[in-house]
Amino acid sequence: MERIPILKMGGFLLVTIQVDMHDRLAIALQDDLMDRIASTSARGVLIDISALELVDSFIGRMISNIAAMSRILDAQTVVVGMRPAVAITLVELGLSLSGVRTALNVEKGMNLLQAPLPAEESADGHNEG
Amino acid sequence: MASGTRRTDLISDLELRQQSAEFLGALRQASQSDNLIDIMAPQWDDVREFLTDLSRSRTQMGFTASETAMFVFSLKQALFARLRQEFGKNADTLAEENWAGTVLLDKLGLFIAEAHQESREAVVARQQQELMELSTPVVKLWEGILALPLIGTLDSARTQVVMETLLQEIVESEATIAIIDITGVPTVDTLVAQHLLKTVAAARLMGADCIISGIRPQIAQTIVQLGLDLNEVTTKASMAAAFRLALQQSGQAYTEVPQDATRG
Repeated sequence: MERIPILKMGGFLLVTIQVDMHDRLAIALQDDLMDRIASTSARGVLIDISALELVDSFIGRMISNIAAMSRILDAQTVVVGMRPAVAITLVELGLSLSGVRTALNVEKGMNLLQAPLPAEESADGHNEG
Repeated sequence: MASGTRRTDLISDLELRQQSAEFLGALRQASQSDNLIDIMAPQWDDVREFLTDLSRSRTQMGFTASETAMFVFSLKQALFARLRQEFGKNADTLAEENWAGTVLLDKLGLFIAEAHQESREAVVARQQQELMELSTPVVKLWEGILALPLIGTLDSARTQVVMETLLQEIVESEATIAIIDITGVPTVDTLVAQHLLKTVAAARLMGADCIISGIRPQIAQTIVQLGLDLNEVTTKASMAAAFRLALQQSGQAYTEVPQDATRG
């Protein structure tokens, strides 16, 4: 069965979806990704969906699920490269992926992952003071 | 031509005479064939084409539909007078010919009225399209900062266009912040707010933050009274305030240069 490769870059995992997602593939990706996060104790996951032209409600929910699951495993998820048509579709479907951080491209997504979260920053500042 | 609907202010006698002559010529040629019933038949192509052109030019000159149709209907008087001359002694034939003439001219009259309406609708559709394109410009304010000044009421169709242009521009300019300025939006109701929130959500999915600016005091009151939840969206009173925030968020600073320095 075909699988979506998961690349490790430093403390982060990089997933590039290059093929049309179907439901089984999405579930396999979810399984694999959670295993990898647990085994590598990654701090962040970057999902590049710039090649994805079609999404349905299932794929949309899967992305938001992956984000929620990664958060439980203490990894931040950033979804990058969403196409305008896909964004409009997701909004029309009522899936605004409120828990997911987004960026325009892989570069900006990496910057986002490497920068500490605003909440953590203020918490650190508070500890120092 | 019937004097009651003459528009001497819009069309000259000479021009009208030329058009009438041309129309009569085409009509005569078409009626040479025996087909006086079906004006959609190929023999009537010339007449139909002439009438369509005529109604188009009349629409542009500002004639009303009935004034345009009167061009055809006014022929009735002349035609019937001629028929009476010809068949005056034979009442049966006269009635028959009159009826045939009425049917034919009515059809042509309705045709020109429809053509008139079609060209009017084409004008409206074109204007709508132009309005749509004019009213959704996306402006680049700074590296990574876009502004979208919205003018006019937002409906579903416009929101779609706004959303698409904004998202496309975000991709092309790699912007991280988009300022949606609604100074020119006259009213905000639940539907408009819904559309705005959709646009903001879509931009966020693409990795760009949205700031809504230019909310007028009246509109702020309406939004709260309607119970709309704009908590998830950053809002600023003016475009200037939004731009300042955008600069801050994108990690850029501005400083005021002392007056002396600019003079020196």
